[in-house]
Amino acid sequence: MENKNNLLVKMENAGVYLNNKWLVKDVTLNIEKGKIITLIGPNGSGKTTTAKIALGLYKNISGKVEKYTKKIAYVPQKISIDWTLPIRVFDFMNLTSDLQNNETNEALEITGAKHLINNDLKSLSGGEFQRVLMARAIAKKPDLLVLDEPVQGVDFTGEIELYELIKKISETLKCGILLISHNLHVVMSKTDHVVCLNGHVCCSGTPISVANNKKYQELFGEDVSKILSIYEHKHDHKHGVDGSVEEN
Amino acid sequence: MFDDFFIRALFVGIGMALVTGPLGCFVVWRRLSFFGDTLAHSALLGITIAYTMEINIALSVFIISSVVALILLKLEKTTNLPTDALLGLLAHSSLAVGLVVIGLIATIRFDLMGLLFGDILAVNVNDIIIVWFGGALILLVLKLIWKPLFASTVNYELAEAEGMKPERVKAIFTLLLAAIIAISIKMVGLLLITGMLILPAAIARNISSNPKSMVIFSVIAGLMSVLIGLFSSLEINTPSGPSIITAGLILFVLSLIKIKRSSQLKS
Repeated sequence: MENKNNLLVKMENAGVYLNNKWLVKDVTLNIEKGKIITLIGPNGSGKTTTAKIALGLYKNISGKVEKYTKKIAYVPQKISIDWTLPIRVFDFMNLTSDLQNNETNEALEITGAKHLINNDLKSLSGGEFQRVLMARAIAKKPDLLVLDEPVQGVDFTGEIELYELIKKISETLKCGILLISHNLHVVMSKTDHVVCLNGHVCCSGTPISVANNKKYQELFGEDVSKILSIYEHKHDHKHGVDGSVEEN
Repeated sequence: MFDDFFIRALFVGIGMALVTGPLGCFVVWRRLSFFGDTLAHSALLGITIAYTMEINIALSVFIISSVVALILLKLEKTTNLPTDALLGLLAHSSLAVGLVVIGLIATIRFDLMGLLFGDILAVNVNDIIIVWFGGALILLVLKLIWKPLFASTVNYELAEAEGMKPERVKAIFTLLLAAIIAISIKMVGLLLITGMLILPAAIARNISSNPKSMVIFSVIAGLMSVLIGLFSSLEINTPSGPSIITAGLILFVLSLIKIKRSSQLKS
């Protein structure tokens, strides 16, 4: 199923109508090899829904979705695992694929979770679990990687590292990445295309054009100026303990 | 001591334990123990039909259990009732319908106790063949769907997103449950069959740290239950099916000691 223009997923006016309301509607976007697409938007704006449409997790959708790959890895926003299962990190890494031991080790090493390999999955902290989820996705060497808030619970320096890592993954694996993030100012500089959602596509384009967009500024208010300045001046700022930005 | 009937019982029991071990793990992992009960209850109707229409019991039970399972899947989607209520509804009503049908066909003499608790000592060579061939088939299918079934047990959406077709393997697994109930109903009876599925897996859960070891321990625990249960039933003249389950219970209590030890180590 090779595609000339590196297209992985093509969504046209896609939407989901469930329990008498639209979770999201009229989303049009393309995911391409080697590109990072970021979905941003307030809570309940349909980011996760859009990602799930792209993954084919909804049975009845409006519009059109075409997928050109089967090598998909997914890092869901929250994952609840039933603890009636005895399962180690090692078993979880091989959940949907059969990896060689060195592949498992390498991927865990990259995300800094190698020491956890024989730990019981339920003994992991939120941040550790997130690293394992990322490692599992990387180890699959996917064409399409869908990351829904991949740095939740990871401490701030770890967060930056993981975003650097995401950038690196897209370069080395040449895979397409659909990324959902709250942390706008970190994400913006790493991404190729931004789609701002608010129940529908509110605006989209390059990070800088979205940040300059009026609709986006209305949606995110005063955060915008910060993001713009950071985006333009890159790393000339400090971060507070809670990860907030302190201007120099 | 080793009369023929006893050897046959051993063969059937061992065959069953080899299959209920791995299947039981999934029953525990997917929280399906009450679902197994429901299928077992509906088996009574299957047995009645087998007697009336003079067809093979295992086949008839398999068909009825599968139909009940499909009805459940359908009701889950179309009603707002929680699954446990639906399971209760199906379990008791299919049991009741089974008993009513027995009442209607007064010409058939039924050993109701035998149906409820089974009689592993009364199995014939045919039963052995059904258990071993049917069991081998069940294990083969389980091996084929292992990966997607396990992945979707851990996380449904993750498995589906990565192309593992969880809905399909769920349906296949349901049929496997119906099949194991069908081939073993005559041996342990409909009240004890879920015990054979759950006890070995529960024992194994207490002493294992990963899915593979749990499956292995589950098979071992099942085999030990069968052997201890059957030999003691011969020695002290107790009913065999219940003796097997009681042996399992004793093993379960022993397996708790290991948990207590390891939690003491941690603290």
